[in-house]
Amino acid sequence: MERTFLVRNPSILIFIGVLAVVTLGATLLSEGLGVGLLSTSFIKTLGKTLCLCLAALALDLVWGYCGILSLGHFAFFGLGGYMIGMWLMYARTEEIVSASLANAPLPATPLEIREAIGTQIFGVVGGSDIPMMWSFADSLVLQLLLVLLIPGLLAFVFGWLAFRSRVTGVYLSILTQAMTLALSLYLFQNDSGLRGNNGLSGLQNLPGADDIPQALISVWFLWASAVSLAMVYIISTWLMSGKFGSAIRAIRDDENRLRYLGYSVEGYKLVVFVFSAVITAIAGALYYPQAGIVNPAEMAPIASIYLVVWVAIGGRGRLYGAVIGAAFVSLVSSWFTGGQVPDLNLGFYTVKWVDWWLVLLGFGFVLVTLYAPKGLGGLVDMLVRRKEA
Amino acid sequence: MTRAETLLELDRISVAFDGFKAINELSFAIGSAELRAIIGPNGAGKTTMMDIITGKTRADSGQIKYGAHAVDLGQMSESAIAQAGIGRKFQRPTVFENQTVFENLVLALAHDRSPFSVLKYRMGRADRVRIDVLAEEVGLSDHLTRIAGELSHGQKQWLEIGMLLAQEPRLLLVDEPAAGMTPEEREHTTDILVRAAETRAVMVVEHDMEFVRRLNCRVTVLHEGSVLAEGSIDHVMQDRQVIEVYLGR
Ligand SMILES: Nc1ncnc2c1ncn2[C@@H]1O[C@H](COP(=O)(O)OP(=O)(O)O)[C@@H](O)[C@H]1O
Ligand SMILES: [Mg+2]
Repeated sequence: MERTFLVRNPSILIFIGVLAVVTLGATLLSEGLGVGLLSTSFIKTLGKTLCLCLAALALDLVWGYCGILSLGHFAFFGLGGYMIGMWLMYARTEEIVSASLANAPLPATPLEIREAIGTQIFGVVGGSDIPMMWSFADSLVLQLLLVLLIPGLLAFVFGWLAFRSRVTGVYLSILTQAMTLALSLYLFQNDSGLRGNNGLSGLQNLPGADDIPQALISVWFLWASAVSLAMVYIISTWLMSGKFGSAIRAIRDDENRLRYLGYSVEGYKLVVFVFSAVITAIAGALYYPQAGIVNPAEMAPIASIYLVVWVAIGGRGRLYGAVIGAAFVSLVSSWFTGGQVPDLNLGFYTVKWVDWWLVLLGFGFVLVTLYAPKGLGGLVDMLVRRKEA
Repeated sequence: MTRAETLLELDRISVAFDGFKAINELSFAIGSAELRAIIGPNGAGKTTMMDIITGKTRADSGQIKYGAHAVDLGQMSESAIAQAGIGRKFQRPTVFENQTVFENLVLALAHDRSPFSVLKYRMGRADRVRIDVLAEEVGLSDHLTRIAGELSHGQKQWLEIGMLLAQEPRLLLVDEPAAGMTPEEREHTTDILVRAAETRAVMVVEHDMEFVRRLNCRVTVLHEGSVLAEGSIDHVMQDRQVIEVYLGR
């Protein structure tokens, strides 16, 4: 049975092959485990890109397959980052505080340690009390559970309300956008309990890993990101290739018809939406330790719109399309905005790519929408078909 | 007809669209193994009647009682009504155009429709055989792997009929099935419907009088949202009011 699944979905082997080559190659060229040809910051960019691919994959499940255009997926991405960030920051601060108090003449009481942690973390927003929501921050296991639970719960409540009221199309998209905007604005407040606009920082420093260099940690995260992406790719292919996937695509194409076949469309949408949100949260939880900082600006509406643009350019409704889009556009984007592309001198005007990249991207998006609605993934399909013919 | 034999009963149903009464105090009943033809001029409310039964349109007043326990369909969602055993073929053939004929039929097969049981679904031999039989019956055996969107209008009609049969409903609502079919296909359709009605209730809306005659069943004539006449085809065609409605204006 497993064999037939792979035979029916050859893209899995190709996908994992390419992913393995890239990850292995990067590892061999890295500073952490290899010859040092690739800088640690490049390895981190690569790892982060894989996380964005994972988020794009998750978005493709709801948009490309189920027809729900979510413009708020970065709410889940950011929340995932916050949930793991709380443990990273708390445990690390606890380490530092304990170490410095250890030099004091009297051994510090747990209460003193707690107060010192509170001051360290919340001093920037003028507080020293550790808010309720940090109750589990000293436990990696519990915070990992929260990475899944909190975004999952948000998606569940949002989806339950929206789908049950049969909100669809543009109105649903606007609601998702409002969701991420509201969350972002809330977190911007200093008394939100999550350090306001400062966000959570220093996330690249793993607690208990003081003597392990970033060069090595970056490779670990690259592998964690790659393995997650591969696993979710396989699971998603399996989900979407069977009868369940058939029902999901039927929702996208004609949800009312499916209702008259006896399917409760709302239930299906909810399952896919929550699943997608949880995957996106996992992607965020892997991304932000590599980025080092998560703040409310990450959840600004524009971030989720970028994600949609990537999936559109890559080709929605095909999993590799979403991944290709996210990888291609986000890498090219960081190349352009990183100032590495030489400016274009037109004589009367100099095109600075840092400023003009967005225009180029927008133009590309329009072109793809108009002339290649299947995106870059559609080109792959065409090549495959030509070879078969 | 006693309550026990009645599968579906519409009791003084009314529906207005922007003040226009599309269905007006309509009362109607069908038995649990009965074939019934619904005829009536364009705009008589035939499609709207099916919309009300399937939950697509909600009645402004009146009741729809279904099954031995006379549950009120007016309170149920579209999917719950379908799960209760009411299947529908739409006037314009509606199939999932981006999926294969096979996938369309699998979606329609009578199995638990909750997300998690669909997730666990594995196609067994029995289902495989069932799909082959259905495809044979609707003449799509050679087209199982084709994308439904590529089928001709007539083939889509057939696919939808196949999906309807796959659901194994207790009540089939069939809206103008013969549209776009050749005379032989029409004959075949009547055969299928007559056979289906041996074990379940079938309501067929059709304009084509030859088609209705071949169904050889009780006929209900709808006009301006209410029942104008009911009886055998010969009986209703001799009815003065019916003649007036059909030939009058
Ligand atoms: N959703 C709707 N909104 C407004 N008017 C409608 C709607 N559905 C049906 N009607 C009107 O109700 C009447 C009955 O329509 P219909 O049931 O489709 O007739 P039939 O199927 O018998 O030809 C028509 O006059 C039609 O214009
Ligand atoms: Mg009609």
